[in-house]
Amino acid sequence: MPRLISDDIRDILQAHARLAVDVDSLAEDSNLYDAGLTSHASVNLMLALEERFNVEFPERMLRRGSFSSIAAIRAGIEELTGAGT
Amino acid sequence: MTTLAGTHDLLETARRIGEGVAAPAADSVDREARFPHEAIAALRDARLLSAFVPRELGGLGATIADLAAACEVLGRACASTAMIFAMHQIEVICIVRHALSSAFFRDYLEDLTHHEWLIASATSELGVGGDLRRSICAVEEDGAQIRVTKLAPVISYGEQADDILLTARRAREAAPTDQVLMLARKADTRLTRTAGWDALGMRGTQSFGFTLEASGSPDQIVPVGFADIASQTMLPVSHILWTSLWLGLASDAVGRARAFVRAEARRTPGTVPPSALRLAETVAELGTMRSTVHAGLADFERCQDNVEALTGLGFAIRMNNLKVSASRMAPEIVARALAVCGISGYRCDSQYAVGRHLRDAYGAALMIGNDRILSANAAMLLVHKED
Repeated sequence: MPRLISDDIRDILQAHARLAVDVDSLAEDSNLYDAGLTSHASVNLMLALEERFNVEFPERMLRRGSFSSIAAIRAGIEELTGAGT
Repeated sequence: MTTLAGTHDLLETARRIGEGVAAPAADSVDREARFPHEAIAALRDARLLSAFVPRELGGLGATIADLAAACEVLGRACASTAMIFAMHQIEVICIVRHALSSAFFRDYLEDLTHHEWLIASATSELGVGGDLRRSICAVEEDGAQIRVTKLAPVISYGEQADDILLTARRAREAAPTDQVLMLARKADTRLTRTAGWDALGMRGTQSFGFTLEASGSPDQIVPVGFADIASQTMLPVSHILWTSLWLGLASDAVGRARAFVRAEARRTPGTVPPSALRLAETVAELGTMRSTVHAGLADFERCQDNVEALTGLGFAIRMNNLKVSASRMAPEIVARALAVCGISGYRCDSQYAVGRHLRDAYGAALMIGNDRILSANAAMLLVHKED
């Protein structure tokens, strides 16, 4: 299950994050901001994630750290959907 | 507001320098578009340039509130002086809040308390469209040294500064947003002027364009990435200190309008002059601006040691609102003061002149353009949930 979530996250990153590097080259814990994620693109990323996973990020998750890596995003989604372990 | 014992002297000193040194020179600074050297020298002599350095490193251990109050009183006297003071303090505050883990920067701050160095900022760059959070230039390795070449459309008081804090990409292959702050020392920096500064207002800031070529040691890079420094310190503190000095600027214009109305009233005892009504409106507007600026400062003070709060969207939106609101109010209030004073305010050679105030106040909306800030808020509000 977490594997699939990561794939979806990668698809969304590819479509919305406008990174300076190829999404496939990123490790789960690669820093997305270092890879070129801007605060503007991170808003689009959040919106796309909310739509895809049918969640709303609560205010406490709306900070840099929550979207700093694929693993961090996955942890947030899993928390909100109750998926994963 | 938090002030440390003894730092009320800081406010009194700033007031004395504002009234005694900066204000008498303000018209010549404006007319000649020259650096306010007498006021900056007085601030340096009074050791106010190192005021924010912690006491254990030899500074006064001033708070942001102390500096905001100092910016306000300097803003009453000469907005260019106040802006130079504010920009310098923003650089010192970034170092104190983010670089104390570095031996180089601790030594630098200690030296700053002895030499009262003036620090300028080189964050803007040609080609990034005014976006503080992107850089084209990069830190290049050159043996054990590092080098940066930056095309800076504006470095305020770059020629007078002792040191310059600049943004650059972390390395040649780093993404545009992967930025660091580097302290460029004067002796290792070459500035080639590419643009002059004959502007509508804020003329004393001498905000020339330059090609900046700096070299130094890797120690001169602030150990925390610029993304965190920008959101937790540079942006909110800029908005607080800038809005404080704009408040001072607007207050001085309203002070002139009040003096004008008092003089009119003395000539016609028993009747309230018609301008008194316009003045009453203006004073109300100034009160609103004062509340906005002070509330922004109190908000920052509540959040300043809480990284969670500082990095939240709500805080960023509120600090952006502070800047946009105050920068809109400042020219509006000064224009109202002009309407009160009439031709006496319009004349540049009258004691009620507010032309310089008006021209300086129009700069407020442009320093980090309000449209850019509102666009950022518009995007954040798409995901932000409360407040």
